[in-house]
Amino acid sequence: MLFSYIARRILLMIPTLLITSALIFTVMELPPGDFFETYQAEMQAQGERADMSRVEFLKKEYHFDKPPWQRYFYWLWDFVRGDFGYSFEYQLPVRDVIGDRLLLTVVLSFLTIIFTWAIAFPIGIYSATHQYSWGDYGLTLFGLLGIAIPHFLLALIVMYFANIWFGLSIGGLMAPEYLNQPMSWEKMGSILKHIWLPVVLIGVTGTAGMIRAVRANLLDELEKQYVTTARAKGMPPGRALMKYPFRMSLNFFVSDIGSILPAVISGAEIVAIVLSLPTTGPLLIRALQAQDMYLAGSFLMFLAILTVIGVLISDLALAILDPRVRLQGGASK
Amino acid sequence: MNPLPKADQPLPHFVSAAPFDAHSVMRLTPEQEKAALASQWQLMWLKFKRHKLALWSGWFLIAVYFVAMFCEIFAPYGSQTRNTDFVRAPPQAVHLFHEGSFVGPFVYGYRQKLDVDTLRRNYEIDTAQVHRIRFFCHGEPYKFWGLFEASWRLICPAEDGVLFLMGTDRVGRDIFSRILYGARISLTIGILGVSVSFILGVVIGGLAGYYGGLFDTVTQRIIEVVQSLPHIPLWMALASIMPASWSPLLVYLGITVILGLMDWTGLARAVRSKLLSLREEDYVMAAQLMGAKTPRIVGRHLIPGFMSHLIAKATIAIPGMILGETALSFLGLGLRPPITSWGVMLNEAQNINVVALYPWLMLPAVPVILIIIAFNFLGDGLRDAADPYR
Repeated sequence: MLFSYIARRILLMIPTLLITSALIFTVMELPPGDFFETYQAEMQAQGERADMSRVEFLKKEYHFDKPPWQRYFYWLWDFVRGDFGYSFEYQLPVRDVIGDRLLLTVVLSFLTIIFTWAIAFPIGIYSATHQYSWGDYGLTLFGLLGIAIPHFLLALIVMYFANIWFGLSIGGLMAPEYLNQPMSWEKMGSILKHIWLPVVLIGVTGTAGMIRAVRANLLDELEKQYVTTARAKGMPPGRALMKYPFRMSLNFFVSDIGSILPAVISGAEIVAIVLSLPTTGPLLIRALQAQDMYLAGSFLMFLAILTVIGVLISDLALAILDPRVRLQGGASK
Repeated sequence: MNPLPKADQPLPHFVSAAPFDAHSVMRLTPEQEKAALASQWQLMWLKFKRHKLALWSGWFLIAVYFVAMFCEIFAPYGSQTRNTDFVRAPPQAVHLFHEGSFVGPFVYGYRQKLDVDTLRRNYEIDTAQVHRIRFFCHGEPYKFWGLFEASWRLICPAEDGVLFLMGTDRVGRDIFSRILYGARISLTIGILGVSVSFILGVVIGGLAGYYGGLFDTVTQRIIEVVQSLPHIPLWMALASIMPASWSPLLVYLGITVILGLMDWTGLARAVRSKLLSLREEDYVMAAQLMGAKTPRIVGRHLIPGFMSHLIAKATIAIPGMILGETALSFLGLGLRPPITSWGVMLNEAQNINVVALYPWLMLPAVPVILIIIAFNFLGDGLRDAADPYR
């Protein structure tokens, strides 16, 4: 039963991903001009002549002489075969450009997620069990501040004070002298010394929404009669909280995995730009600005695939966590 | 012993001869009656009033929108007025007493010194110059709403002095005035964007929920697709479609549409699922049995059933749009300079030097934060009030 369910879901992914790829390609094509025009204009602005034979070669190699819809199928076919295209700006295959930055991004994102959960769950539980107390109001306000302050501004301010108080170098994920060196223990140490800042910054912005979600979900559960029954039968308060209501309120987070997976590899773009982190977020933004379309398109496609997989994982996990959720069943509401 | 008296004797206890109304126990007090007869909207208002923070936030927002509407009158300077003698001047504090005697609200003037090493202008407070702030005065002329010539303002600088309550920016424009002008753009961008996503969400979600079938399946897939893409890259790609030759006003409208286009999916889902569940309610069946036509059932019974819920959801979406505008402006893809918005102003503050040397350039973040918190509380209150099961 489970196997056929998964098989059906995977089959359903195909049309979804096809629509997504068409949408991504359209969005990439929509801005006027292409990378080569941008490139030639930049070269001319610097008083140099673009190497036309090279441009012609690249144009031919990547089918820019064909109409867009044909190029779309070439791109799609290459993508399916594992060839993600060529980044014109970096003059490297997309796979290599992204690969360099992927590890650090994943490490950073995982630390951020753990940080967010470690803070949001205790605070959310406290807020829900002490509803309308001063602590609840104060923590809610703190959480709201995390949403409300524009991220880049918070990043700037924190970076400045981290420099003054802790002597951290401005921006980057390691001290400047390690930048182009191979990985070593000293470099690892330097990264560890710097990584807490982006983790806290990105984490704070995500924590707020999480706290409110934990609080709302837990409050909904705590009102239910089975909690009253459990308390009336003499179950200790801590157990009456953690055993069922807390577990039920977890459903929300499991159903959120779909959006967490892509966030792990793209990271918080704007904070990453301000802190000049060597992660994939700024890369994507830069690629979009330069119309480096294979880099941007393939990367966005990756994110879409991860989202779809994440949604599937979360549906499966929900079924395991909550026996009332059924996998089969035709008409969904 | 028989407790009753003899047949022709009076009862030993008092019996009122007044007429007795057997229904008096069932009768409601005026307040109860009001609650029982209240319409859905009145009930919501009663519930909403209990959420004090939401109520205050609502009043605060009304006040802010009022100021934004009449910002020409409230601002001491125009949004583009350049005071080239006072570039990057720090904020002036408002004082009441000068050398022990009461003067009324006034500010001290600046004394400038050029730092020869860094070529920075340093400003010092010069306590010899006392500039009294004028109220209800004629100041710099302006065109109210771009229609009427006027010069009447609420506060003006002293005749021979300046008044920079929040300092000035790199070309000497008064930040306080610009924040007031920026409110007009930043606050409407959220409302317009939400309106776009609201219309899209209600129409698409409504059709999907009501007709179901193939249309529903396709819409569901599209919603999934849009939600699976990260917001910022899509904003960027859409924003870069807008030709550079567009006038700032068109860019502004374009950005509201972009923000709305990214946001309708959540609302469409909510409308669809609400429609699907409400369609099965008994009162819909009753209406059908009494012969009501489909448009009447949808318009008269289904839509009012979830409108309040939708409004609450839309309110919570507004802060995201305001923040989205600042994020787009940060990337240089948002509104363009002749238009003043908080995002455009913060665009100048994205440099580490600003934090160190001119921190007052970051002040436009304060209204952003306040507005977003207020909208969140308001949305919370509306959501609680719209939930019939609480």
